[in-house]
Amino acid sequence: MKKLLTAIAIILVWSACKFNSNDKKLPIYGNRQAVTKVVNGQNVTDTVYQTIPSFKFINQYGDSISDKQLAGKIYVADFFFTSCPSICPIMQRNMLNVYNTYKNTGDVNILSFTIDPKYDSVKVLKKYADKLGVTGKTWWFLQGKKDATYTLAEKSYLVAVSKDTTVPGGYVHQGYFVLIDKQKRIRGSYDGTSPEQVTQLIDDIKTLKAEPASANTQ
Amino acid sequence: MKLKVITGILLLLFVLIVSCQNDKGLDFNRYYSAGKLVYQNHCQNCHGENGEGLQALMPPLNDSVFLKKNIHILPCLVKNGFQGKITVSKRNFDWQMPPANLNYIEIAQALTYITNSFGNNLGTVTFEDVTAAMSKCK
Ligand code: HEC
Repeated sequence: MKKLLTAIAIILVWSACKFNSNDKKLPIYGNRQAVTKVVNGQNVTDTVYQTIPSFKFINQYGDSISDKQLAGKIYVADFFFTSCPSICPIMQRNMLNVYNTYKNTGDVNILSFTIDPKYDSVKVLKKYADKLGVTGKTWWFLQGKKDATYTLAEKSYLVAVSKDTTVPGGYVHQGYFVLIDKQKRIRGSYDGTSPEQVTQLIDDIKTLKAEPASANTQ
Repeated sequence: MKLKVITGILLLLFVLIVSCQNDKGLDFNRYYSAGKLVYQNHCQNCHGENGEGLQALMPPLNDSVFLKKNIHILPCLVKNGFQGKITVSKRNFDWQMPPANLNYIEIAQALTYITNSFGNNLGTVTFEDVTAAMSKCK
């Protein structure tokens, strides 16, 4: 009897370890700061990670979308423009896989910010979304002030975009898909033109979904 | 003696015909394989690796009837871009294709590639075909 109990205990401990080692964690990107505060007379050091600041844009339905609607949600962000002749169509082709995987779950969003808000009016974005076969509230095509968009791209999502009249379409930009967690932190960056990396993204979203919402420290 | 000469001439003719045919084949192969590269670099993002298009945004390139009917204006469409309503593979499209930054030989190669891939089999589109078509662009 005692032997049996010991055996069970060993198996339990082993499987717990095993489970733990399979429990993969995604890294946290961006700047970080060590903040020391005094708790109960003792110094406690906490790591504070870079988060996406508040923003406000308009989606393809003409609705105002801010960071508030995304509180506690996982989302993927990318930057594009509808008349983009180069990498955008291939990014959307791959993003459609993300969309089709999570469109019915309700807790994952996709945000495609246009970097050409002058041409990409709400009407143009709606037409584009319709033609892509995108409906519902999962994938938003967002339009806002150009400065706000560029700052958000470069400072917050760490994606470079800029106007360049020498390239087809008039803009250079990187085709990254950026994964944001429930606490607004950057948890992954994927080449949106690579089907393999986008498959990885789809997997990583699953991992993030399993993460408790309150896991602030790592 | 006479027989030998005749056989010789026949042989020559034969070689000539075969090599001419080979030439045609060679021409096609050159256009086609170069066209594949042009396609990958300038068209595939939108029209897809297998010419499948993208949803209702980018039309597929597998409608042989459409391509054949419009073969004489395709060089203009590719060079200058176009927009408006078109029906391809029984589906409606209404978006825009940007002008391609390609020269005539590259356009001929790309068109040879698409009109002989994805189930199409329309033969070579030559540099001369493209040059002739371009002079009639609207
Ligand atoms: C930026 C995306 C884009 C690129 C790049 C592009 N096309 Fe298109 N193409 C389109 C769209 C969109 C249409 C349909 C336009 C419309 O709806 O009026 C189209 C239509 C066509 C058509 C006629 C319709 C059909 O499907 O048969 C052909 C042929 C074609 N493209 C060939 C090419 C070739 C060859 C290239 C490369 C040299 C190319 N395209 C590059 C977007 C693109």
